[in-house]
Amino acid sequence: MFGSGVLRGMLVTLRHFVETYTEDPRRVKARAATPNAVRQTPNDARGLFTVQYPEEKLAIPERFRFYPMLIVDGTTGQDWCTSCGICAKVCPPQCIWIVRGTQPNGKPKPEPEEFYLDTTICMQCGYCAEFCPFDAIKMNHDYELSAYERHESAIYNKEMLSVTTTFYARTHPRAWAEESAVRAEKEARDKAKAAPATPAPAPVAAAPAPGPAPTGAASTRP
Amino acid sequence: MAAVIDPLIHTSPAPSLDQAFPDVVSIDAGGATVVQADRLLEVSRYLRDQMGYTYLANMTAVDYPDHLEAVYHLYPMKVIGNEPSQGLIIKAHATDKDDPVIPSVTSVWPGANFQEREVYDMYGIRFAGHPYLRRVLMWDGFEGWPLRKDYHEAYYEGDTKPFASRWPGGHHVRAEERARFARNVAYPRHWDPAKATSPDESLPVVDVSELNTIHTQKFVINMGPQHPSTHGVFRMQVTLDGETVVDVMPVIGYLHRNHEKIGERNMWLQNMPFTDRLDYFCSMGNNTGYALAVEKLMGVEPPERAEYIRVIMQEFTRVQNHLFGLGQFLSDLGAFFTPILYAIENRELILDLFEMTSGSRMMCNYMRFGGVAYDLPPEFMPLAHELAFERLPREIDELEEYLTANEILHSRTIGVGVLPAEAAIGLSISGPLLRASGVKYDIRRHQPYGIYDRFDFEIPTRPNGDLYDRYLIRVAEVRQSIRILQQAFNSLPDGPILAGRKAWQIRVPKGEAYGRVENPKGETGFFVVSDGTANPYRYHVRAPSFVNIQALREMSIGFKIADIVANLGSIDIVLGELDR
Repeated sequence: MFGSGVLRGMLVTLRHFVETYTEDPRRVKARAATPNAVRQTPNDARGLFTVQYPEEKLAIPERFRFYPMLIVDGTTGQDWCTSCGICAKVCPPQCIWIVRGTQPNGKPKPEPEEFYLDTTICMQCGYCAEFCPFDAIKMNHDYELSAYERHESAIYNKEMLSVTTTFYARTHPRAWAEESAVRAEKEARDKAKAAPATPAPAPVAAAPAPGPAPTGAASTRP
Repeated sequence: MAAVIDPLIHTSPAPSLDQAFPDVVSIDAGGATVVQADRLLEVSRYLRDQMGYTYLANMTAVDYPDHLEAVYHLYPMKVIGNEPSQGLIIKAHATDKDDPVIPSVTSVWPGANFQEREVYDMYGIRFAGHPYLRRVLMWDGFEGWPLRKDYHEAYYEGDTKPFASRWPGGHHVRAEERARFARNVAYPRHWDPAKATSPDESLPVVDVSELNTIHTQKFVINMGPQHPSTHGVFRMQVTLDGETVVDVMPVIGYLHRNHEKIGERNMWLQNMPFTDRLDYFCSMGNNTGYALAVEKLMGVEPPERAEYIRVIMQEFTRVQNHLFGLGQFLSDLGAFFTPILYAIENRELILDLFEMTSGSRMMCNYMRFGGVAYDLPPEFMPLAHELAFERLPREIDELEEYLTANEILHSRTIGVGVLPAEAAIGLSISGPLLRASGVKYDIRRHQPYGIYDRFDFEIPTRPNGDLYDRYLIRVAEVRQSIRILQQAFNSLPDGPILAGRKAWQIRVPKGEAYGRVENPKGETGFFVVSDGTANPYRYHVRAPSFVNIQALREMSIGFKIADIVANLGSIDIVLGELDR
C-alpha cells in the first residue's frame, strides 16, 4: 500500500519518543539533581543520550588528552622536567618554548627556567607526553578553559602548567601506577649497579605513594 | 540499467610500454616509467585503451632542483593476467622551471581535471589542452607557486622542524608577529583588482533564448560558501534554466591551509596528527594510510595484534562515518534531524571507544610507523564486542526499517543524480560512489593492505548509480564492516603492538611510496618522497572528497536545483580534506 513505508517509519520514531520517557527515569535516577554528576552512556541505551551540561558531565576516560601539564614532585616541589627539549622538538606545531636553566658556572642545569605553551596553536596530539623520557609532561583532562581575550591568557607559562604528582595520580591512576612501577624497577637496577658488592635488592613491591601537595605549587586549574 | 562491472575480469595482456614505445619511455631508479613529455598523451591513450589502465588514482608533482616532475598513479579496473595489479607509475618531466609545460591528460582520464588544476595552482605547471586551467585552491590573484621549494609562506620560520628558536633559549613569540606581510595585505605585483576577471565571467551567464512567446534567461546563482547544505565553506556556481541545472562549478579552497607544505616542513612522525585534520570523521583511516606509505619505505611490518587493532579501528570508522553520512544525506533531502540524531547516538558510542583507546574522539593520532600508539584498554573489549555483535546490527536494521521503504525517500532519490559507471571510472571516482554506479572495486579486496585478505566480506554494488543506490550501498557497507569487526574480535591475538622501539627521530630510507587505503569516502592516498633525511621531501595527499566532487557536475546536469543539494550530500564530502 502506498504510504505504508512512511507509516512504518513513523512507528519507529514514536517508539523512540516513548522510550525516552520510559527508560530514562529507570536508568538515570535523579537527572541533573546532583551537582557535578558524571554520566557514561551505556551501550544498550535507547532513550536520551544527552547530558545536562554543566550540571552533568560525561565521564572522561583516563587517556583523554587536552593541553599538556608539567609534573612537579609532590613532596619536594621539584620539577620533574630536566629541560632536555624533546617535547619542544617533537611538537608538531612547535608550540613549546623552553629556556634551559643555567648553573652559576654557566653549565646547563637540568631544570627549565621558563616553559611556555602556546595554546592557540597546540593541537593536543599528546606527543610531548608520549616521548618525554622523564614522565615530566602529561596531558591534562581539564577542558573548561574559556578566557576573555586570546593573547596573554592563551600563552601558558610554567606556573600555569605545573601540577603536582598528587594531582596526576588522581586523574591518571592507571598510568601513574604503571609508570611508578617502571621507575621503581629502574631505580633498583641503578642501585644494584652502583653497589655491586651488596646482594641483589629486594623486588620493589608497591609504587611510591604520591606526596602531599606543596603549598603554592599547584596551578589554579586543578 | 547498467550492468555491474566486475574488475576481476581477465583480459589478455598487451605489449608492455617499453615494447610499444621503445624510445619514448625509460625506467627510473625507483621503477617508475618516465615518459617524454611531448609524447605523454599518446602513451596515455595506449595505456588506457590497450593496457587497461582506465583508472587514474592519483596525479601530483614533485619539485626537484633541476626539473619539475608530474607523477601519475594508474590502476587497471580490469585485472590483467592472474594477479591483482600493483598499478603503474608514470612520470613526465618539465625542465624549464620558468614556464613548465606538460600536456594535459584530461582527454584520456577526465578525473585528472581537478588534480591537474591543483598541480598548476601549487607548482605552476601549465597543462596544455586543459579545459579550465585556473587556480583551484588559492585565489586567482595569488602570486607564487606555494609548493615549490623556494616559496616561503607567511609565517615562515625555517625549512624544516624542529625550529632552533624553541630550545634551549625558547622565549615565546606569537606566530602573528612573524608574519611577512605584517598587518598589511598587499596585492601581488602583477595583479590589479580593477582589471581582474572573476571566474564567473567565463561561465555562460546570460543566454537570452530566441523564443517568440516567453523570453527566458539562464542565470547563475551561488550556493555557498555559507549555506547550510554545503557541509562547510563550499561554494557551487550553479547555472540554471528555470529550475533545471545547466552547469555546476564547485568553487573550493576556503579552508585551504596547504597541508602538504606543512607536511614537508614537519618531521615524518609530526605529520601523523596533521592527517587527523584531513577527513576528521575518519582520522583512524587517514593515520593508517600515512603509516602504510611510510612503512613501505621503512620496510617495517606491524605486529599481528597491531594489524588487528588497525582493522577494528578502520571498520568502526567506516560504520560511524556511513551512519553520519546517511544522516547528513537525509537531512539534505529534508528529513530534518531524525535520521542524523539516531545516527549520532550510535556514532557517539563508537567515538567513546576511540577516546578511551587513543585519547581523542576525532583527532585520534593513533597509528605509528610499525604499529599503534597504545594497546586497547581493558574496558574496550566488552563494550566493543557488545556494539559489534548486538547494538550495531540491531540499529542498522532499525535504520532500514524506517527509511528503506519510505515512499518520500523513493520519490526524491530513485532515478535522480545518476552517475554512469563509465563516467565514474573516467572521473577517478572511488569509494561507495563508484560501487553504487556498479563498479565492483574496493582497495581492501583488489590491493589488500594490512590483513584485509584474511577477512571474509563482500563488496556490495548497486546497478543504477542514483541517489537511492548510494543510500543502499552505505547501508550494505555498514553491514559488511560489522561482519569484519565480528571476525576480528573472534581472532584478535595477544602480543606486542609496535614493531621496534617507540622513536620520534625517524629517518626514512631514500625512495618514494604511495600508500592507499579504502577510507569510508573513497581512496585516501599518501604519496611520500624521502631524500633520506628526517623530513619528507614531498608529501602529497590524494583526498577522496577532492576527486569525488568532480562527479557533482556529471550527476546534477539536467536535474532540478533541489537535487543538487541531495547530490552533494550523497557524495559525502568533508571540507577538511577537500580544501586541505
